[in-house]
Amino acid sequence: MASLTGVVRAPATAQHLPRLPLRVLAAGAAWSALAAATYLLPEEGDFPYTAAFAGTALVLGLALPFASALCSQLGRFGASLAHWTPWLAALAAGFLAWELITAKFSLLPMPFFPPPQAILEVFLEDGPKLGGSILASLKLLLGGYLIGAALGFAAGVAIGWSKAVGYWAHPVLRFVGPLPATAWLPLAFFVFPSSWSASTFLVALATGFPVTVLTWSGVAGVNKAYFDVARTLGASQSFLVLRVAIPGALPHVFVGLFMGLGGSFAVLVVAEMLGVKSGLGWYLQWAQGWAAYANMYAALIVMALMCSGLITLLFAFRDRVLSWQKGLVQW
Amino acid sequence: MVAATRERPDPGVAAGTTPVGGARLTVEAVSHAFGIRGTPLPVLDRLSLDVEPGGFVALLGASGCGKSTLLRLVAGLEPPDTGRIAVDGAAVTGPDPSRLLVFQDPTLYPWRTVRGNVVLGLEARGIGRERAARADAALRLVGLDGFAEVYPHQLSGGMAQRAALARALVNEPRLLLLDEPLGKLDALTRLAMQAEILRLWQRSRFTAVLVTHDVEEALVLAERVIVLSERPAAIRADIPVDRPYPRHRDDPELVRLRREILGILGQPT
Repeated sequence: MASLTGVVRAPATAQHLPRLPLRVLAAGAAWSALAAATYLLPEEGDFPYTAAFAGTALVLGLALPFASALCSQLGRFGASLAHWTPWLAALAAGFLAWELITAKFSLLPMPFFPPPQAILEVFLEDGPKLGGSILASLKLLLGGYLIGAALGFAAGVAIGWSKAVGYWAHPVLRFVGPLPATAWLPLAFFVFPSSWSASTFLVALATGFPVTVLTWSGVAGVNKAYFDVARTLGASQSFLVLRVAIPGALPHVFVGLFMGLGGSFAVLVVAEMLGVKSGLGWYLQWAQGWAAYANMYAALIVMALMCSGLITLLFAFRDRVLSWQKGLVQW
Repeated sequence: MVAATRERPDPGVAAGTTPVGGARLTVEAVSHAFGIRGTPLPVLDRLSLDVEPGGFVALLGASGCGKSTLLRLVAGLEPPDTGRIAVDGAAVTGPDPSRLLVFQDPTLYPWRTVRGNVVLGLEARGIGRERAARADAALRLVGLDGFAEVYPHQLSGGMAQRAALARALVNEPRLLLLDEPLGKLDALTRLAMQAEILRLWQRSRFTAVLVTHDVEEALVLAERVIVLSERPAAIRADIPVDRPYPRHRDDPELVRLRREILGILGQPT
């Protein structure tokens, strides 16, 4: 060990062994320890996937040092592996603690707090149903979100640009906008022909309000001199809107799209729990109804991945569109 | 008479033979006021002015005296309350790319590259032909070749103002209105840009109206310096500067004129 840690600081030319920093070994050891504890310690209860979980941990524990040794050959993946190694070690430690206080020592009440292998079991056994729920959620969410974002954007530009539209829209927006979209839920479910269209409406509403307000404030906040410049250069009204007002407002628009996405997640889950008979919200509700707590946690994990993934996508899109801007918030 | 001392062909003659060239600017008894919370604040008081085609006139006055307002009216961004503004005899009714305004701030669009900014006027008027080539030629003219793909936030203040000049010049304006274009630049960049503006004016033969509160700048650049009173602005003095270019600020004649103008502005000399 000591010689291996010494190697880290040795000049590269004097190296014969691949570099193995201490923290990679620590991460490998943590996963191996998790594997050993899971497999060897006796557990309270019957979990068919204990061995599978231990095996997965062991594979990770052994693969980590190997992958790390190849880091320099792995390019970007190697660099990101090196960056996340401490996190991987912490993750293993977290799993170990979770494993010990649930399956091994039963420190937490059993049906409510299943061990990691029970959740692994859900992913492997109930995968198709979970996958179907993700698709249903995505379909509903993206449909409503895109409609809400498009309408909110158009409304925001119109309000920010035209005094007449602003005059009529502003009071409505002030009165109705702050109402949480979920408050419309009872009304929406009997006004709309299907629970799916009602939910789409609610998601669109939750998205539309922040997008409208921020697009509006973005358009209103565009430097007036930009319009003077364009007007002296011979710009038409449509040029002023499309090439000056909208590009100038885009940084605000993306803040609205971000807030709208967050709001749409909340409405989606509530709508699925109360009305639509599919999707992750419904899966959560269903799992809780059957006291299938492992399924509930699995659905929560999947939902977190979905939401985080969508926000990552939105930010990647923003970084592309606003590449001219300095100091973007990194996601 | 003035033309004899210039180092360039007389623009008045050139304007008659080629479509591009300086325009004649006529301002007749223009008064204008701003409405500030209902009470009108007069900024221009029956101001009359005539600028010959291809001339270079500086409007000199204290900050906030209404010089910039006059330029906005000439650019057609706002109509005057009373009076008449005409370019080559035709009344100004709105903005037009033949009359361009360069502001104190470069006001480049941050979301467009330098080239994207320079082509704005061509794009706005739907001129597609050789757009990029014309933009690059304009950038070369102001010494910004090689910066076409750069975003404005990567430019220094002087470079940004050069890009703003290129954005105006690519449209071949016949009247260039300069609203304290060098007001925010450091002293050295300022001197370099003064020489640059002079060079561009001598080359392109547009009529130039420069608003400034820098007496030296006005004397080094302009053929005529018009001294404005405090708000509401009226003409205090109209001083011809009959010296050849390039001028030196230590020229005894300019030093004398400087003292005279500062006296008119009520400054101890």
